[in-house]
Amino acid sequence: MRILTLVKRVPATGGRIALNPDDRTIDTAYLGFVVSPHEECAVEEAVRLAELHGGETVVMTLGPAEAADQLRDAVAIGIGRAVHLETDGGDWDPIATSTAITDAIRVLEAADGPFDLILVGNESADSGGYQVGIRIATALDRPCVNGVKALEVAAGVATARRQATDGWEVFELPLPAVIGRLRAKKKEIDRMEPEHRPASPELIRLALPVEQEQTAEILGTGPEAAPRVVEVLRELGVL
Amino acid sequence: MSTILVLVESADELPDRLSLEALELARRLQGVIGGDVEAVLVGGDAAVADGLGSYGVTTAHVAAGERLAAYAPAAWAAAVQTVMASVGPAAVLAPGSERATEVLAHVAARTGLPMAANVTDVTPGDRWKVIRQRWAGSLLEEAWLDGDPYLLTVAAHAIPAAEAAASAATVSVARTEPAIADADLRARVTGHVPSASDKVSLSDAKVVVGGGRGLGSAEAFAMLDELAGLLGGAVGVSRVATSLGWRPHAQQVGQTGTRIAPDLYIACGISGAIQHIVGCKAAKRILVINTDPEAPIFSRAAYAVVGDVHAVVPAITAEIRRVGGGASSA
Repeated sequence: MRILTLVKRVPATGGRIALNPDDRTIDTAYLGFVVSPHEECAVEEAVRLAELHGGETVVMTLGPAEAADQLRDAVAIGIGRAVHLETDGGDWDPIATSTAITDAIRVLEAADGPFDLILVGNESADSGGYQVGIRIATALDRPCVNGVKALEVAAGVATARRQATDGWEVFELPLPAVIGRLRAKKKEIDRMEPEHRPASPELIRLALPVEQEQTAEILGTGPEAAPRVVEVLRELGVL
Repeated sequence: MSTILVLVESADELPDRLSLEALELARRLQGVIGGDVEAVLVGGDAAVADGLGSYGVTTAHVAAGERLAAYAPAAWAAAVQTVMASVGPAAVLAPGSERATEVLAHVAARTGLPMAANVTDVTPGDRWKVIRQRWAGSLLEEAWLDGDPYLLTVAAHAIPAAEAAASAATVSVARTEPAIADADLRARVTGHVPSASDKVSLSDAKVVVGGGRGLGSAEAFAMLDELAGLLGGAVGVSRVATSLGWRPHAQQVGQTGTRIAPDLYIACGISGAIQHIVGCKAAKRILVINTDPEAPIFSRAAYAVVGDVHAVVPAITAEIRRVGGGASSA
């Protein structure tokens, strides 16, 4: 089985979102970047399905040079191969994004054969367009369902579940297919309670080490300080 | 004549709340550009269509047929396209539900038209200017939208639901049986699995009692169940509570969980991370119970109790019982 997962590099916004002065982009100076959360789930799913059924996994992103970091994250989790559609960092709308990705998928499939499964996020965390996966599926003439929280594959059929008001809707899609993932609860963690046998040394208290006090020498104020600075640089042998 | 076509979904033989919100935006648009508001119901029942006159709908198009018996995203889109072809609308609006968003995205993909998701406001003109939600509502984007017709989904709980007029106007119901291709049935619902609990649904509850890290254990949630039961509400939880395995993911409120819009949200031992706030900010009022008065959630709260939930919640429950109130003590 060949599985392609599409991911997007997005800033990890923990608290308030701050805007740049142009009011067109968000200030990411102090933010890290991650794979958009729903797609992170898709990456894990691809690795799991490939382990179960055998086959090749590929991850692809459309984004700036730095998005290679997110591809490496996916490879670190167990994805076999990464493809980067590198942009200059500007904003790509859903039609431009899906067209570029569809073209790239056609190139990859012409070289190495079709993907049985294309996994996408239900929506990107940042722009929230809810459509790129559906546009790709339509362009490639493949069945597609979004909002999927559980996925299994057997005998050329993908069985996908998504939450409805009164339980779960079950979809059965013939492969090849496109699946839009929603983030789901992570696997249960097995918990054990080890017996705590106290040993020695036995803690009495903690303290922070006393720092060597340093008093800065004031080299001056404003531009007038320059000569003294240079003097010091000389003294230090760096000039 | 510019018609606005609204995709209407139903629950219990009535248009559901998100559809009424879409109808409200449609009527506001109609106030600017004139024309009619028409509705499209796919696989829907006639009772819902008949009642739409009181929301200003002049014609309700009911698309039905054997091939529309079970939900299939592409088939639903094909049905909407069939109605679009006969109506020639200036815009197609869909409610902000998972299903309607998916259907309109399929319409957009099949027609090659742009689509704006989670729109909160529209200014018509030569090009329409839309305000739409990014970052699950933490950021608003003002953008030009193109399209003939314009395709947009209406952000959930951003606009009040349309209210029924006192005197219901008549609506003409147009039935259609669109041709659905085999290919459009490849992805379709083939079964349902009921969920374990049949309690009040989180997204519709009038009162939600929320619990987070401050609860400290799975057992402590029993007091929230009790309080929610007394108030006829539902229990919602923060992501921490699901990650730690205290509660199922189905009860999670937030960016990757359920968005709630109760009259009152009682947030117990929840600090108020932005991912949680986006899920509960549509609540009319928030009551916070927390030991830390510096917690971010206090800035969202109308009321606050500074104190330990383990002491405060049972005291509230006892007091409700003492005064003889509450749903299950009646």
